[in-house]
Amino acid sequence: MAESKVALKRADKEKLVEVCREFNNKPGELINVLHRAQNIFGYLPAEVQEVIASELNVALAKVYGVVTFYSYFTMIPRGKYPISVCTGTACYVRGAEKVLDEFKRLLKLEVGETAADGVFSLNCLRCVGACGLAPVVLVGEKTYGRVSSDQVRKILEEYGYEG
Amino acid sequence: MAKYSMHILVCGGTGCRAAQGLAITESLKKEIDENNLNDTVQVIETGCFGFCEKGPIVKIMPDNTFYVQVKPEDTKEIIAEHVIKGRKVERLLFVDPDKKEKVSDSKHMGFYRKQLRIALRNCGFIDPENIEEYIGREGYEALGRCLTEMKPQDVIKIIKDSGLRGRGGGGFPTGLKWEIASKNHADQKYVVCNADEGDPGAFMDRSILEGDPHSILEAMTICGYATAATKGLVYIRAEYPLAIKRLQVAIKQARESGLLGKDILGSGFDFDVELRFGAGAFVCGEETALIHSMEGERGEPTVKPPFPAESGYWGKPTNVNNVETFANIPVILIKGATWFRSIGTEKSPGTKVFALAGKINNVGLIEVPMGITLREVIFEIGGGIKDGKKFKAVQTGGPSGGCLTTKHLDTPIEFDTLIAAGSMMGSGGMIVVDEDDCMVSVAKFYLEFTVEESCGKCAPCRIGNKRLHEVLTKICNGNGTREDLELLDNMSRVIKDTALCGLGQTSPNPVLSTLDNFYDEYLEHVDDKKCRAGVCKSLMQYVIQPDNCVGCTACARVCPVGAITGERKGIHFIDQSLCIKCGACIEKCKFNAIFIQ
Repeated sequence: MAESKVALKRADKEKLVEVCREFNNKPGELINVLHRAQNIFGYLPAEVQEVIASELNVALAKVYGVVTFYSYFTMIPRGKYPISVCTGTACYVRGAEKVLDEFKRLLKLEVGETAADGVFSLNCLRCVGACGLAPVVLVGEKTYGRVSSDQVRKILEEYGYEG
Repeated sequence: MAKYSMHILVCGGTGCRAAQGLAITESLKKEIDENNLNDTVQVIETGCFGFCEKGPIVKIMPDNTFYVQVKPEDTKEIIAEHVIKGRKVERLLFVDPDKKEKVSDSKHMGFYRKQLRIALRNCGFIDPENIEEYIGREGYEALGRCLTEMKPQDVIKIIKDSGLRGRGGGGFPTGLKWEIASKNHADQKYVVCNADEGDPGAFMDRSILEGDPHSILEAMTICGYATAATKGLVYIRAEYPLAIKRLQVAIKQARESGLLGKDILGSGFDFDVELRFGAGAFVCGEETALIHSMEGERGEPTVKPPFPAESGYWGKPTNVNNVETFANIPVILIKGATWFRSIGTEKSPGTKVFALAGKINNVGLIEVPMGITLREVIFEIGGGIKDGKKFKAVQTGGPSGGCLTTKHLDTPIEFDTLIAAGSMMGSGGMIVVDEDDCMVSVAKFYLEFTVEESCGKCAPCRIGNKRLHEVLTKICNGNGTREDLELLDNMSRVIKDTALCGLGQTSPNPVLSTLDNFYDEYLEHVDDKKCRAGVCKSLMQYVIQPDNCVGCTACARVCPVGAITGERKGIHFIDQSLCIKCGACIEKCKFNAIFIQ
């Protein structure tokens, strides 16, 4: 395969090549490689996918197909404080939608978007399994339970929100 | 271990951890250290106790004291009072909601009384990161017996005789599945554990993996022995970091103890387990899709046959079972098929783990014998509906299932009765909804999920569900007609008959079952443009009650679209054509003058 024209930093590219090598450059390990790559870069931009495609010797279209198939993989960088609202059924019947609407309103973001300054990003997530705490909101790794829409502003303020 | 006279068990499941469970463990350890109790008291982080509603939970052994909703700052008192002085901390005990009495032992709580724990036998009792504690509770004994005393066909016979059926939703007889896999010969065979628990509101498998990972490894090894497979794979959601970690620890410990790897227990049998991570696709719970995903492909299902037992992972015979199914295996082999058959019903022996959630007092993880009624589950174990509201329905089987209503309350729960009632067992999610929930919206919620999760391979699922969702949205917006209801019914049946895989074939179930049980609610939406639960925004009206309005103008000032008019000290009025139903006015009004119609 031809050398891919990537805009990645050399060190980053080397890291990726190393990851692929750890998995013996096997096409069957594509998903494992993508998981590792997303851990390193936080997201999977086209440049990263190009390197992986070339290292594993699979078509770029296939890599793209897999990345877009699974909701865990993202091509948009997440914010410094990624916000995930659980929209599993238990959270839904306990009012997750109102909480989500309040986040959208305050952050002026739609689901799946990242703010222009890169501080917050907003996402939905399907059931973290903490249904006893429904509705649940995650900011990074921190979990907030039994969240109501009037607590949303307070949560955001913990992370420097001043809207 | 014998030197400890007291053990403090802290729930380390995801739910309790999210509610500061870790800080409690740390703080307890600190207190023990400061009081020089290190030689007598041990703190253990266990798997899920199940009573998530009252988490974080701390249990003290040997006196079985069960503390609920513990906070890190409570630990000082627990050590000073309970551990040192032997006096229970009364304020942290569970209060029986009926008798208003404090209950200190979980055995006497309504939540636990009717439960029988087989798959969850070790959750909340042992430290999941310590193989010796598992071994101490008959762990790996079944494997030892299989490898040294039994032939593979004997193992399969016991599982067949036990009548165990797949707990992932389908209910296929497990023994038969093993037998088919064992009869297909190949140079390499695989055992796969399906831990891609994607149902929203279901967390049974995660809790088992977090609380008792060794039971899964043991069962997979037994399955490998029975089907002549030497490789095991656990396909687990990447969203379950704690379960992944505990599995990794367990695999390492089992390898070090010679319970995984080459020549297990000197029997000459080789078996090893690896993890494969899912990446967030509901359809990957379907076994063919799961196998494609493990091969690094898009998780799209393929037509069966061939079944994975003939041609699965990399084209080799593969036996796929769900986590809960595996968790039952070691116990069945130790206690026997007859014992297992004595529990549950004739056609569905054993127990089932359910994740009880939604508008119910006791959210949590429960394990009950099959054949128990819905009434017992919801009103005795679940403690009834939140805030004294009226029970409306319980949704079982997630996006593939349906609703059970008051008329099903006394139906025994087993695989076949649930299907007859228009729902299904599914993986075990039970979401309770009350009078404040609109059933049309609930159906729409599930369709939204299916539309998002449809892999797009076959047209009935990709296009059909999208159309279903559009019609439901139309009805919720107040533009539905009677013809739409017919269309919903018709289209649902076509999708059911023509979709490729289990996801598509079951995706219209929430629509069909709500149409069946709550047709009057659909009619109200369509004919009267009314949503009795007040959920469908387009069908509500904010109205000012003239008697209560004092003309303070607060509502008019807060209205973002200028829909409210009125003179100062005069009665105000909401222009319905402008109102966006944001509810700001109702929050602002101090005189209860605004209500929803």
